[in-house]
Amino acid sequence: MTATAESPAVGEVKAMTVTLRILRSKPEGTDEHKPGEQYWQEFQVEAHATDRVLDALHKIKWEQDGSLAFRRSCAHGVCGSDAMRINARNRLACKTLLKDLNPAKPIIVEPIKGLPVEKDLIVDMEPFFASYREIMPFLMTTGNAPARERLQSSEQRDRFDDTTKCILCAACTTSCPVFWTDGQYFGPQAIVGAHRFIFDSRDEGQWDRLEILNDKAGVWKCRTAFNCTEACPRGIEVTKAISEVKHALTTGEF
Amino acid sequence: MTASSAPFTPGPKIKEPRIRSGRLRPGAEQWSWRFMRISGPLLVVLILTHLFINLLTGDGVNQIDFAFVAGKWASPLWQVWDILMLVLAMLHGGNGMRLLINDYAHHATLRKVLHSALGVAVIGIIVLGALVIFTFDPCPLDADPSLLPSFCEDVR
Ligand code: HEM
Ligand code: SF4
Ligand code: FES
Repeated sequence: MTATAESPAVGEVKAMTVTLRILRSKPEGTDEHKPGEQYWQEFQVEAHATDRVLDALHKIKWEQDGSLAFRRSCAHGVCGSDAMRINARNRLACKTLLKDLNPAKPIIVEPIKGLPVEKDLIVDMEPFFASYREIMPFLMTTGNAPARERLQSSEQRDRFDDTTKCILCAACTTSCPVFWTDGQYFGPQAIVGAHRFIFDSRDEGQWDRLEILNDKAGVWKCRTAFNCTEACPRGIEVTKAISEVKHALTTGEF
Repeated sequence: MTASSAPFTPGPKIKEPRIRSGRLRPGAEQWSWRFMRISGPLLVVLILTHLFINLLTGDGVNQIDFAFVAGKWASPLWQVWDILMLVLAMLHGGNGMRLLINDYAHHATLRKVLHSALGVAVIGIIVLGALVIFTFDPCPLDADPSLLPSFCEDVR
């Protein structure tokens, strides 16, 4: 069969109209809303089932309302800037396909919970990063630096492989019910960040980090709700990493 | 960047909204966590056996009256069983409520008030419960004999 102008391309993805219900807020306020007040606004966009939520947000921002504010950078699940609450679950907008969300119903988009909202979908990430800094996420060693690289067997590397994948998107921490209510808890991401060094055979700062996480606001706040593991766009077994840190603290074994 | 562009001025330093609790009693929360995991399984055994004996053996729920309870507390085994169940459930439940207060009560004064009320309730219930278990009189003198456990006839 020869392709003609009329015959549709094989497996063409049909365009459709999807509705996005976005929880917005403006620090300067609008005519109807006080400064900082949150309100819902619906947008309709033409999109394909294989488009991502991020594409739909772009269409709104570029074609309908340039004041819509959200973070994104890489658009490919690498930088961790566009974590948001989509249909009541934390996800990266750039990794969430419309067809996986039932586009027949409005898609609900909110800022991630538990951090102060600055504008629309943008939150103040500083408390999140402050917790990360507290667990000292850098290699700590003693003695002279070796003349060549610090060797490690592949088994030793495997021990903390999972937690090296973190992109600091905050999807886990802002899905945690203890983080929502408590206001002091380090949150799952800081424990993931600490796990990455605690179980690294080259690092010598384990007990400094473990002592910090033994704190009132540390690992013992975790109630094993598993929200973090479900939220992580990198597929990190966050709750397992937290349990391993608890185990290291209770037994002194790594 | 052109020579005429304004010099870079950093924005105001963003405040750190989270206050750390401080490390006054290192490891205290670890012991609370261990205690919950030790007392939990113990409570499973204590409570399920308690329910089994009271509800599924003999006449089931119909057997429970003054005489049944008095009969059980005449045995040191059930005295120890019940005091263990009481103390563990109160300490476990009380510690669990302490965690919830820490989560939800953000104001230091409110937290102190709730923690104190909780402490008074936990200690009060343990003391009252222990008094009942160990000072219980199974054969009060002026009671209707038909309501009393069978061994009361020998006592008189
Ligand atoms: C029947 C056997 C029981 C088991 C196996 C059990 C187990 C546990 C465990 C392991 C925790 C800690 C959860 C965590 O920190 O992740 C917990 C918390 C708690 N338990 Fe129990 N428990 C039992 C009975 C009870 C009883 C009888 C009470 C009430 C008197 C109680 C009240 C609580 C409360 C209030 C919490 C705190 C909840 C929270 O931290 O969110 N439990 N339980
Ligand atoms: S552990 Fe996963 S969810 Fe949490 S910040 Fe890292 S990548 Fe994001
Ligand atoms: S935009 Fe970089 S992770 Fe989504």
